[in-house]
Amino acid sequence: MGLLSKKDVKLITDPLADNNPITIQVLGICSALAITAELKASLVMGVAVLFVLGVGNVIISLLRNAIPSEIRIIVQLIVVAALVIIVDQVLKAFAFELSKTLSVFIGLIITNCIIMGRFEAFALANKPWQSFLDGIGNALGYAVILLIVGFFRELLGSGTLLGIPVLGDPIEKTGVYALGYEDNGFMLMPPMALIIVGLIIWVQRSRNKTLIED
Amino acid sequence: MIEHLELFFKSIFIDNMVFAVFLGMCSYLAVSKKVATAVGLGAAVIFVLAITVPLNWLLDTFLLQPGALSWLGSEYADYDLSFLSFIMFIATIATMVQLVEIVVEKFSPSLYNSLGIFLPLIAVNCAILGGSLFMQSREIETLGLAFNYGISSGIGWFLAILAIAAIREKIRYSNVPAPLRGLGITFIITGLMGIGFLSFGGMLTGGDEAEDENTKQSKTATLIETDTEKETVVNNTKLLEKK
Repeated sequence: MGLLSKKDVKLITDPLADNNPITIQVLGICSALAITAELKASLVMGVAVLFVLGVGNVIISLLRNAIPSEIRIIVQLIVVAALVIIVDQVLKAFAFELSKTLSVFIGLIITNCIIMGRFEAFALANKPWQSFLDGIGNALGYAVILLIVGFFRELLGSGTLLGIPVLGDPIEKTGVYALGYEDNGFMLMPPMALIIVGLIIWVQRSRNKTLIED
Repeated sequence: MIEHLELFFKSIFIDNMVFAVFLGMCSYLAVSKKVATAVGLGAAVIFVLAITVPLNWLLDTFLLQPGALSWLGSEYADYDLSFLSFIMFIATIATMVQLVEIVVEKFSPSLYNSLGIFLPLIAVNCAILGGSLFMQSREIETLGLAFNYGISSGIGWFLAILAIAAIREKIRYSNVPAPLRGLGITFIITGLMGIGFLSFGGMLTGGDEAEDENTKQSKTATLIETDTEKETVVNNTKLLEKK
């Protein structure tokens, strides 16, 4: 790890747990939850945010001395919007079905608070390499929560993972369905995403008491 | 008229910005500690949505859609600029918010004092961009309907943040498990409220339902509803017969 100093590693690992953008910083919930009914959509969303945040952080960091602070929000929005258009066009070209499922939520990455938050809090004050790592770390922290929520919602809601049936066949009653197990269709409803995130926060804060709010 | 009413109630209750599509969650969670500030932010969201959605509708119809440029002449009819919609929408929103802030500050200082601090926050609120993007993807047909959609989804968001702020003010006195305090319990309450709002799914019967996952839910809900209606009708006739 000649390339990464100890501080650099911390930039990546911190947002994964104790400074997670969703459960601790409360950023980026907006576009995150609606698409987590399937693991695949969560995965794509995570990768899209990884790309936008990693590249965007570098661009903003390179421009940081050239941006007048009065108009920095508009500059940031334009940078994100341009990156998101790239993601959107790539998805439409190579994964059209998936881009239909994600519908407007790819566009909503623009106003994802994680991105603006990291630009404001980190990229405007740090060098490109650190900003890149910070972007990657935060996007990974975001993706981890998305994947956990997507995993449980798809597994319990439709008995599949990435579209592959893992619990047996619900119609022919094989696997666990033979024991009388039923899919919980309610997991596919939007409110369950919120409740699962609530439970993740509960687990995380029970393990790390310093994070408890009063 | 009827389509206006239908869109109005649908955007407030069934496709509620917060509970059905999770838009504007960041500010919803961050600014809902007190009812007074929640009201201010909610009002600002209604205000900005009512301006930006029709404006972006005009942009979409006369500039971005495939064939939208045909008013310039038949040689422009083939252009499809819809890939630019993200950047156009967000630029419109950011400038409009800035403009509204300046105008309000000039003409109504009292309104500015109550809304002013929230306006810059709103430029990056997902509910605002989401309103415009949903307006585009749901293919809302007229300018009037777009205006209606902006206002009513704003009202839906306002209702949601008002409700959660009121609950959070009360829940401070409850004995919530320590790790759940603050953020965790807010998430769970929002989820429970969302389940409550799902029951509005059966409110509008007939007409074309939205194509998203609400459809199934609302259909089953309507089925159940009509069943119970039939039952009550049957019961009533039985009662009448007895009399």
